[in-house]
Amino acid sequence: MNQTGLTGETLLELRQVSKSYGDLHALSQVDLTVPTGQWLSIVGPSGSGKTTLMNIVGAMDKATSGTVLLDGVELSQLRPKDLTTIRRDTVGLIFQKFHLIPHLNAVENVMVAQYYHSMPDEAEALAALTRVGLAGRASHRPAQLSGGEQQRVCIARALINYPKLILADEPTGNLDAANELIVLDLFHSLHAEGTTLIVVTHDPEVARQGQREIALDHGKVVSEVRHG
Amino acid sequence: MFFRMVRHALARGQGGRVMIAATTALGAAVATAMLGIMFDVGDKVNQELKTYGANIVVQGHGAAVLDGLYDIESTAVGRTPLAESDLPKIKTIFWAFNILGFAPFLESQAALSQDGADPPAPESLVDVRGTWFAQPLDLPTGEHAVAGLAALRSWWEVEGGWIADADRELAMIGSGLAASQDLALGDRFTLTGSGGQVSLRVAGIISSSAEEDQAVIIPLATAQALAGRPGEVDTVEVSALTTPDNDLARRAARNPDALSISEWETWYCTAYASSIAYQIEEVMPGAVAKPVRAITESSGSVLEKTSLLMLLVTVLSLIASALAIANLVTASVIERAPQIGLLKAVGASDGAVVRLVLAELAAIALAGGAAGYGLGLVFGQLVGQVVFSSSITPRPVVAGLVAALVLLVVLGGSLPSIRLLVRLRPADVLHGR
Ligand SMILES: Nc1ncnc2c1ncn2[C@@H]1O[C@H](COP(=O)(O)OP(=O)(O)OP(=O)(O)O)[C@@H](O)[C@H]1O
Ligand SMILES: [Mg+2]
Repeated sequence: MNQTGLTGETLLELRQVSKSYGDLHALSQVDLTVPTGQWLSIVGPSGSGKTTLMNIVGAMDKATSGTVLLDGVELSQLRPKDLTTIRRDTVGLIFQKFHLIPHLNAVENVMVAQYYHSMPDEAEALAALTRVGLAGRASHRPAQLSGGEQQRVCIARALINYPKLILADEPTGNLDAANELIVLDLFHSLHAEGTTLIVVTHDPEVARQGQREIALDHGKVVSEVRHG
Repeated sequence: MFFRMVRHALARGQGGRVMIAATTALGAAVATAMLGIMFDVGDKVNQELKTYGANIVVQGHGAAVLDGLYDIESTAVGRTPLAESDLPKIKTIFWAFNILGFAPFLESQAALSQDGADPPAPESLVDVRGTWFAQPLDLPTGEHAVAGLAALRSWWEVEGGWIADADRELAMIGSGLAASQDLALGDRFTLTGSGGQVSLRVAGIISSSAEEDQAVIIPLATAQALAGRPGEVDTVEVSALTTPDNDLARRAARNPDALSISEWETWYCTAYASSIAYQIEEVMPGAVAKPVRAITESSGSVLEKTSLLMLLVTVLSLIASALAIANLVTASVIERAPQIGLLKAVGASDGAVVRLVLAELAAIALAGGAAGYGLGLVFGQLVGQVVFSSSITPRPVVAGLVAALVLLVVLGGSLPSIRLLVRLRPADVLHGR
């Protein structure tokens, strides 16, 4: 199901994607193609439509018009139930506010993603926590973890089901320099493994880590930069 | 994993769980108490009637004019006596098991003179009642039963003791008579009636507010000999467990012939006082059996009204619980919207989210319902004791009904929030809204 007239390299393709909330055009006629394995940074002022774009790409919201092809599937045609399936199978999400279930501990928060994907596997979830450097914190609840640790739990949860695409909306926005480094290191290793990354950020330093950087303003792609 | 999530949400989660459980408990408690009382009190109140004595009185046919004019309280004068030998048949009617007890009475007057009184007391005319005290019966069906005053007047306070039917030389007397005749336990006296003379000893003194306080009460056989009326009985008091009268029973009591066949069958096969009376008339030739209407009827309609009131209270309290639960659950869903959006974002379907929330609710409702049921039993006992002065037997029917009602109320109450759950979009939640 990988092919609908795209090259084998393309994971995501947006054609003339718009999203309006009443009169407000959060996105207008965005064209964007992301090849498999690319690390794309998205920058732009507040309100420029970055999160809106992420939600559409992540199958959590529908575009008002235009087509979104994710892994060969046309998202705008799908029913909510199928969007859930795409989201579950293809996308890993990381947010600025470390969204965790407060009454579950770290390993359980990772296992939730496994549970809705297929089968919870505590050993595998622990391995993911180990990978983000939280082996010793598995039984701590979010309130007992620092911000950086919570964000790493989110990353462990995002990568537990081996998604093709990881969407990170300001993943380092609330982190100190040390934790930011840990998170970026993790992104680098995911990137090295071939995972496609789309990272929204306000931080030019973080943006520079990607291979490619686009800037949004008023719902439009206004510039594009290639890094190293 | 599912149960782990539910368990942790209950153990550590936020969101008004205690309030929801408490509301459920309150609704369940009221329902348990009210339904428990409703199911129990019908029988209980009727059993109470037994305490007040008979609820059916059987007499012989009277002169047409007397019958109806004086109704059941009319004297035996002018009535054909009943045959003592017919009495066991009362325990053979369709509703025999509802007959809690009965006792025959033969009333006469006799001259009383105290033996060895010094100076000799003047003779005085006293009421004499012959009855069974605890007469063993051999029923035509081959079964055995016991009938008599001991069961029918179980609340009597007796100084000395009850006498047996075979104690031909013993008598029980009312405390009023004992005072006026200066008779004490163990005193001997002689009764002279139209059929003969008997010498008796006081073996029991009873306190009663009724006429019996002024009477001599002796075994039926003794009284028959004294009055010269062997084998005869004037009245029979029957205490039966009855169903409160409803419209059908009232119409039947007016005129059984006016009922349709199916109505008649329903009436006949229901333990109304009137249908039991009718069945007694069927087995006892020449007998007229009448419910003591004043008691059964009013208690029946009071019961009906009380039941209706309790049903209303139950329904209203359940509706109130459902509304409160609807609010609480909705509030808790809104409070947890970010979590639920997150679950949807990591791949939970609408169904999965609804299942999770419902499972949590079910667990809360179970705890609340169980606590409420326990509370309701206690509450029901209290109301039973205070209002009806009888204890309420916990019934499985009530437990089942309450469980079903709680389920209904909690499910009904959570319907609005289920719609909310389904409408929640992960995108909205993650935007930070
Ligand atoms: N559900 C909505 N209803 C109405 N307007 C919305 C909604 N979601 C987003 N918007 C508007 O769309 C525009 C883009 O919002 P979006 O959240 O994508 O911005 P952003 O680039 O992520 O900003 P930030 O950097 O502050 O996170 C904003 O003007 C926002 O107010
Ligand atoms: Mg944003």
